[in-house]
Amino acid sequence: MIGEKVARAPASDVAPTLLALRGVGKVFSNGVTALSEVDLTIREGDFLSLLGPSGCGKSTALRLIAGLSTPTSGVLDWRGGGSLDRANIGFVFQEPTLLPWASVFDNVWLPLRLKGISRAKAAPAITQMLARVHLTGFEDAVPRELSGGMKMRVSIARAMVTKPRVLLMDEPFAALDEITRFKLNNDLLELWQDERFTVVFVTHSVFESVFLSNRVVVMAARPGRVFDELAIEAAYPRDEAFRTSPDYAALCRQASDVLVNAINSTAGPHHDGH
Amino acid sequence: MTVIDGTLKLDAEEARRVRQARLERVGRWVLPLAIMILAIWLWDRICVWNEIPQYILPRPGVVLQTLYNDAGLLFSSLLVTLRITFLSLALAVIGGVGLSVLFTQSKWVEMSFFPFAIVLQVTPIVAIFPLINIYVNNQTTKLLLCAWIVAFFPILSNTTLGLNSVDRNLRDLFKLNGATRWQQLRYLRLPAAMPYFLGGLKIAGGLSLIGAVVAEFVAGATGQSSGLASRIIEAGYRLNAPRLFAALFLISLTGILIFLVLSLISHLILRRWHESALKQER
Repeated sequence: MIGEKVARAPASDVAPTLLALRGVGKVFSNGVTALSEVDLTIREGDFLSLLGPSGCGKSTALRLIAGLSTPTSGVLDWRGGGSLDRANIGFVFQEPTLLPWASVFDNVWLPLRLKGISRAKAAPAITQMLARVHLTGFEDAVPRELSGGMKMRVSIARAMVTKPRVLLMDEPFAALDEITRFKLNNDLLELWQDERFTVVFVTHSVFESVFLSNRVVVMAARPGRVFDELAIEAAYPRDEAFRTSPDYAALCRQASDVLVNAINSTAGPHHDGH
Repeated sequence: MTVIDGTLKLDAEEARRVRQARLERVGRWVLPLAIMILAIWLWDRICVWNEIPQYILPRPGVVLQTLYNDAGLLFSSLLVTLRITFLSLALAVIGGVGLSVLFTQSKWVEMSFFPFAIVLQVTPIVAIFPLINIYVNNQTTKLLLCAWIVAFFPILSNTTLGLNSVDRNLRDLFKLNGATRWQQLRYLRLPAAMPYFLGGLKIAGGLSLIGAVVAEFVAGATGQSSGLASRIIEAGYRLNAPRLFAALFLISLTGILIFLVLSLISHLILRRWHESALKQER
């Protein structure tokens, strides 16, 4: 197909390790074991989804990787030693989490501003990033003037404006309607293919995780742990055609089965929520 | 939508809604004004019908005339009261915001000192004044201290609440980006506290005027350089009811103006982003 980006093979075992979690556990002061003995290797360029029911510790894992929380046991090994500079991590929360009083432009400026970069100096990077998330022309709008999807785009632009090596996303599209979610899925994939950063994506949607990722790590609850891992070996770019293909349907079914097993593996009576 | 002759054709329900909205817009101003005029007219009539002497209840016209005749005296007193009011309000802002920033820097400081602020607030200022009278010599300082004690608490408590009610995720975001304590205060906590602070400021504006007047009352200060409260006491002694009413009128007017100005400031600052300001627009 002419004009299409070069198809990118799913990151394989060949890609160098970016982060290895070894025997990582987290116990909160109230006695809840959020994570137990998690072993997970994240490779350069991965689009890795953490998929699981609520209470499986996927958000806790993300916070540990971000350095917002420290593990009770085990180690997080960045590129075989040392810790990654926080400047290399971008974080997207479940809510857009924007400064309500600041314009779109100033919201995206924030991470650079905190590093002491002036508005004028940051302007080219901000303008470019806003164009990447299709928000050109909305620079002066404040968050309340934007739709939910647009707010999330601002949030992604803010996370990406520092050109991080790793983008951590905590159920970023869970609150959006399906049409908006599909659109943002596509745009996120496009961004990822162009910039070649690593994504760790927390979700409870089987369909979303399969569509986006090259690796789906299924987690189980009580205690939070890694249950199984699936390689999604469909070529990128993935587009609307992939979304309706039998391959996609088969992969989703496969992932769903694993997820059901993970949920059933939980010992004790089943509770909803945490 | 059906457009005929350039106008929107509305069904009965929508037309009624538009009519109602227009009526409400006009009524918001006309109604209170009409009631006010009616009340003043009634006041005037009661004075005439019952032949009430001027030193008990003056007719509104006489109050207005006094306001004009005694303008020099009354307005110089008003200036004195205004000076105390605004100085104490400014000090309340500085003290209230300063203390609340200090409180949010350390939970320990807040736990230790917040009770003192509450004690200061709940003790009636009239009861504290004799003490202030003993310890402070300067008249202006006395009045300022009084008005300040009354006015600073709403700013302190509101701003503290605002500084502490920052979204958790936003705090994490700042942490992730390696923000310093100062950056977090400057770019996150202070702007987030703004609506709360402005709410407190609106209350404190009225209270600082009340504080200034009450302090002067208790101080019982008289003389050329004193404020409206002294004019009221003085007029009371002399059974000069028209001047008493005129002074009262000036104080109320000042209070209303302070409230309106602070509301306007609040609206201008918040109108783009805060819910409270959005409702007013619609």
